[in-house]
Amino acid sequence: MSRIVGALALWLLIAPAALADQVTTFTLKNGMQGIVIEDHRAPVVTHMVWYRAGSADEQRGKSGVAHFLEHLMFKGTKTVPGGELSKIVEANGGYDNAFTSYDQTVYFQRLAADRLDLVMRMEADRMRNLILSEDDVKTERQVILEERSQRIDSSPEALFHEQLAAAQFLNSPYGTPTIGWRQEMEALTRQDALAWYRHYYAPNDAILIVAGDVRPADVEELARKYYGPLKPSDGIVPRKRPQEPPQLAERRLSFADPNIAQPMVTRSYLAPQRRHGDQKQAAALTFLAALLGGNAQTSLLSRSLSFDQKIAVSAGASYDGTSLDPTTFTLYVVPVPGVSLADAERAMDKVLADFLAKGVDPDHFARLKTQLKAELIYKKDDVGDLARDYGQALTSGLTVEDEQAWPDVLQSVTADDVLAAAKALFDRRHAVTGWAMTNAGQEDLP
Amino acid sequence: MIRALLTALLCVLAAPCLAEVKIQEVTSPGGIKAWLVEDHGIPFTALEIRFRGGTSLDAPGKRGATMLMAGLLEEGSGKLDSQGFAQAREALAARFGFDADADSVSVSAQMLTENRDAAVALLHQALTDPTFDQASIDRVKGQIGSIIQAHATDPQQIASDRWSAAAFGDHPYGSSDLGTPESVQALTRDDILAAKAASMTRDRLFVSAAGDITPAALGQVLDRLFDGLPATGAPQVADVAPRLDGKVTVVPFDTPQSVVVFAQAGLRLTDKDYFAAALLNQVVGGDGFSARLMNEVREKRGLTYGISTHLVILDHTDYWQGGFASGNEKVAEAIKVVRQVWAETADKGVTEAELTAAKTYMTGSYPLRFDGNDNIAGILVGMQMVGLPADYVTRRNGLIQAVTLADVNRVAHRLMTPDKLTFTVVGHPDGVVSDP
Repeated sequence: MSRIVGALALWLLIAPAALADQVTTFTLKNGMQGIVIEDHRAPVVTHMVWYRAGSADEQRGKSGVAHFLEHLMFKGTKTVPGGELSKIVEANGGYDNAFTSYDQTVYFQRLAADRLDLVMRMEADRMRNLILSEDDVKTERQVILEERSQRIDSSPEALFHEQLAAAQFLNSPYGTPTIGWRQEMEALTRQDALAWYRHYYAPNDAILIVAGDVRPADVEELARKYYGPLKPSDGIVPRKRPQEPPQLAERRLSFADPNIAQPMVTRSYLAPQRRHGDQKQAAALTFLAALLGGNAQTSLLSRSLSFDQKIAVSAGASYDGTSLDPTTFTLYVVPVPGVSLADAERAMDKVLADFLAKGVDPDHFARLKTQLKAELIYKKDDVGDLARDYGQALTSGLTVEDEQAWPDVLQSVTADDVLAAAKALFDRRHAVTGWAMTNAGQEDLP
Repeated sequence: MIRALLTALLCVLAAPCLAEVKIQEVTSPGGIKAWLVEDHGIPFTALEIRFRGGTSLDAPGKRGATMLMAGLLEEGSGKLDSQGFAQAREALAARFGFDADADSVSVSAQMLTENRDAAVALLHQALTDPTFDQASIDRVKGQIGSIIQAHATDPQQIASDRWSAAAFGDHPYGSSDLGTPESVQALTRDDILAAKAASMTRDRLFVSAAGDITPAALGQVLDRLFDGLPATGAPQVADVAPRLDGKVTVVPFDTPQSVVVFAQAGLRLTDKDYFAAALLNQVVGGDGFSARLMNEVREKRGLTYGISTHLVILDHTDYWQGGFASGNEKVAEAIKVVRQVWAETADKGVTEAELTAAKTYMTGSYPLRFDGNDNIAGILVGMQMVGLPADYVTRRNGLIQAVTLADVNRVAHRLMTPDKLTFTVVGHPDGVVSDP
């Protein structure tokens, strides 16, 4: 044991500065931003285009259109007909896909580094030249409805979380699921998809990220060639979404479904996000989540509920501060059979109260900081992961400088910062508490 | 035509060169063998350890013992209790993963170069001197019980479990290796010790490493890590052929979408037709959006969000399996389309263009897997488990290129048996009933 503590002290001497990312940036005349992350260990490249347009930018009543368009982006252009893009990437040994979230829509390909030219040409082409037939739209609408059935409607846990989010946000679009509400998805038209496309799919709303075995000057030259000639959109204005009014009343939900295997209690609090030039509070909340509910052995919720009191199968906390608008900090407890949700919730609240009274354990805090430093090393092994971090940040109101400062901001957080952030966070008027159970009336909410 | 040829040619010439992945075969002073890809670019090492046998070695009536044992390896060892072990690991910023499946107990570790000796000492303790204290046993039993319960209401899991039970019956492959609520509850500390003695021994050990470590240093790590591990364990289980009768089984379950698992006979990795079959699978139901099934079931008809097939090769059996989910009102049509694609491919084979696309995908995507120490270590240990030589990495793409259209279409006739394609459907599928 003492040998291990000695090792810890030694390890803390490593300076993160020695591990600075090999990141360079450029901006094209039409407003498109470019980021290059170099990693020359393998002759592979990841090419991504991130649009600053996600489901939270949708018009009310058109939920799901951002994700629908993401699917339709594979339907082809004049030069690359329907379905060909994926086929060409695959025939070149690559992999391609896309995803949509609240704040962004992302397209990416991963393939041999010398094929960058090919995928950049096709990605630039479909940014402005998509062709959609009524048939494409009709079939693909069936696919997204099947996707909703598979991901959400077949999973009572997913339905429960959808209801929680809807109750958490009184006005922010984060209360609407990215995949969409079924009745609105069913009504989405070709015109809806095209209107979304024409508004947001333009170089001045996009960020190019290229990571892997490439040289920044070569990437910039290719970007100028393919993305450079694209016309910017006039409609791109700074994103200002409906904001939350003061939340004055605690919300409590009772959810019952015979396929809920494990009754559980979940509580989410409205939480601040990482802001440009102001990431301190989000950094403190990142530590708070790790202290309360990060590791299944050492976090406070696990230790108290699973180890000492033996009343929980599992318990945890989660927070991701990379978000354009205020987000959530979430706690959960799955009680062991025979323990009520009421008792589980009371025990969870006792852990929070004790933490606020006693403060941060300095040893625990030091271990977390060590781990966060080590993350910087482990992350370098996966350059695609680094690329995603930058993309996420830049489509969430942050800059390259913010992302690069983030590790230092995390290391600068003090125990007092964490406690202050916790005190500001844990206000039940800003919270939604949900009980998920197998049978309605199994237990009544207090 | 010229364009297609040119593309193919360029692909071959431009594919990333795997000669750069240099596998060293290391033998420790104590005689333990491991494969290593040395790369000093990032100051950490990824280690992958496998013990062949895994949960198939559960003793009769002790289903779940090996899984429970693997779950307990991180819950205290030597003088450290569960908390102490986790804190020590956190202080080192090392990452350990312990798991088990039907064919192996697996241990994954990532350790910083800075404190590697201390991390190895901690992992050694977990592998050779786990405490298995009663409080931890009870707690992990609760966690496993909770997963078993969750599986019981998960249509995906029900489909997979029901398929396995029908195909393999009493063989360990036929039941969930988590055990049943009753079997797990009955397990004692002695059962857990017996499961460890049966499954974690030197006669079934495979190791690989990738990252910031020299062969000499790895040799020392190997001797320290496995010092004190018993020499021999339980005999491996018998081979088994899956029972695939071509029937449809419907498992009623309340869900808007039916989950479908389908399968037919497969083949061994050592079969001379393996690569032809792998290419055939790629054309019919492989990864990505261009396979026949994805095209017919999703792209053309919108009947599912995703469908794919895989050649499954386990230590003691093999089969060719696929799966998808489809609305209860549409699943009958989706099953019909799958059967059509299967029958048509068996009958008429694939086209030259499809084969070329499958070849360029499989050869081109192979090097992309070797990105990062974790992935490399994982591939290396997997190769050793299935008995491939180290130079396979450089020969594999050539073997794929050598497959001809005649080979693939011969294998399509030989292997594909549309009348034996067996379906398990979980849901309330309209117009689909179990065959008698």
